[in-house]
Amino acid sequence: MLGKQAFFRHSVFPQAGGMRSVRQNVIRRRGTGLASLWRYLLAGLGLAALLVGVLAVVYLTVPHSAQPVGPDVSRTKKTDNGLYVASFVPERGVVRQGELESWVLTLKTKTGASVERAAIAISGGMPQHNHGLPTSPQATDYLGEGRYRIEGLKFTMSGWWQLRFAISSGAGSDTVLFNVVL
Amino acid sequence: MRRLFCFLALTVAVLLGGCGKPDFSDAEKKTIASLALNTLPALKPDTTNRFADVPAAAALGSTLFFDVGMSRDGTVSCSTCHKIDRQFQDDLPQAVGVGRTNRRTMPLAGVARDPWFFWDGRRDSLWAQALTPLENPLEQAGNRTAYAHYMKARFGERYERIFGPLPDFSGIPLNASPLGSDTEKAAWNAMSDAQRDAINSVYANIGKAIAAFERSIEPTPTRFDRFALDLATGAEPKGDAAFSREEILGLKLFIGKANCVTCHNGPRFTDNGFHNTGVPPVAGLPADRGRVDAVAQVEADPFNCFGAYRDGEASACGELRFMVKDAPELVRAYKTPSLRGATTRPPYMHAGQFSSLDEVVAHYAKAAPSVEGVSEVHPLELSDRERAALVAFLKTLSE
Ligand SMILES: [Cu+2]
Repeated sequence: MLGKQAFFRHSVFPQAGGMRSVRQNVIRRRGTGLASLWRYLLAGLGLAALLVGVLAVVYLTVPHSAQPVGPDVSRTKKTDNGLYVASFVPERGVVRQGELESWVLTLKTKTGASVERAAIAISGGMPQHNHGLPTSPQATDYLGEGRYRIEGLKFTMSGWWQLRFAISSGAGSDTVLFNVVL
Repeated sequence: MRRLFCFLALTVAVLLGGCGKPDFSDAEKKTIASLALNTLPALKPDTTNRFADVPAAAALGSTLFFDVGMSRDGTVSCSTCHKIDRQFQDDLPQAVGVGRTNRRTMPLAGVARDPWFFWDGRRDSLWAQALTPLENPLEQAGNRTAYAHYMKARFGERYERIFGPLPDFSGIPLNASPLGSDTEKAAWNAMSDAQRDAINSVYANIGKAIAAFERSIEPTPTRFDRFALDLATGAEPKGDAAFSREEILGLKLFIGKANCVTCHNGPRFTDNGFHNTGVPPVAGLPADRGRVDAVAQVEADPFNCFGAYRDGEASACGELRFMVKDAPELVRAYKTPSLRGATTRPPYMHAGQFSSLDEVVAHYAKAAPSVEGVSEVHPLELSDRERAALVAFLKTLSE
């Protein structure tokens, strides 16, 4: 067991170890006259200790995963050259890890017209893991009003996923990247 | 005054040192909860096998699973390698049937939940998987018409009660298969299309019966699951549900710094994916390139989900339909195995390369490059204490 002295020597208050001798000296030389000053000093130290305690509690209870701002996860975006406005949402509203899922990609022109008969190629992966998609999702169906069903998506891990769409239609070819964070 | 000071100092000491109770961040708690067995959903029906949940089919499947008659020389059954008292595996670096194979036998707990089968995913359903060792010359080494004849002779009545009438066997050769010896291949090719289809149907039903049985093999709760349940409900873990400091450190590393949970996720501790993790090849074994060579095999399998022997709708074939067919990362990629029960079933990896979990952890920490393709693993600084803690945590998945 560490004695109190030893604890102080390793404590966050480097001055604490020498405290007793200072105090004894003070008491011996000045008698009880300065006892109140000493009391203030001690109270201050106590408060400091309390503050450290509170900070420690906060540090130990706050989730440690607070990360810097993640990637842009907006579900609606202008394509890279501004030809289309694309939005990409899970068909059933929720994302479930590890299951084959369908999402819907909606394509509108700048003026808001639905984009029909677009050719869509999909690629992607996890930039932080250096791997691609575990499946080969495809646009399998045109649902009308510029909406395309993207089938065969599977998010097998939690983390940051990227999905890139290469889109071409009568309005031209453009690309867009969506981030999905699980 | 002095006593108050001591009290405050001790309070700080206790707060800084932690008071012995496991403390996890909310994010850690969420991850731990996602690994617990109580989050495993109910087994989904397999619409590609309409006998999957027929008890009589499962009962016949269980008979076939343990029947050494289901092999060329009458000595090997599924259970030869998938030993019922050994987590349905055989403790060998490479499985030994009629001959020695080049891969480690996989345990079967929860196997019906896999989207892909074998270490490289060369089959896409449990019933198609069950058919493969039957004709592999190194495993059960039989042939298709011989199995059909055997079903009629040995289990004819049981078979017909489940699957309907057996075909007419007149003119069906005793030994014929598209995958067998030259004589067996020639005999298979001499059969009519209708005969081949009839035999393939019987053969597929054998697989469907075995798969129906295997669906009952599920993972069981472990110490980790009891710990996780108590953590989730805020109950004080009692008895063996309490984790030691070392086990807690191991769990924290597993879901944190060591990144194990990236691939070993969910209640089965697998992402059901394929990864190149730089596991070295075994000298003397045939070249093994993992997933990249399995793609063509599953596409060519007449019993795959697109084939004529699937029951139900083709909408069940999503995994095959959206399979990654060519990507550099398929080279030497192997399935992420479940870690449940792993401690008590060395050796590890697809050809039993590592004889202990210490070696496995050392391999992942070192992250040696792959002999072919690129390993997805990155080097990691782990102290001896941390390595031991990871192994200690893994043990809680076997207790
Ligand atoms: Cu990843």
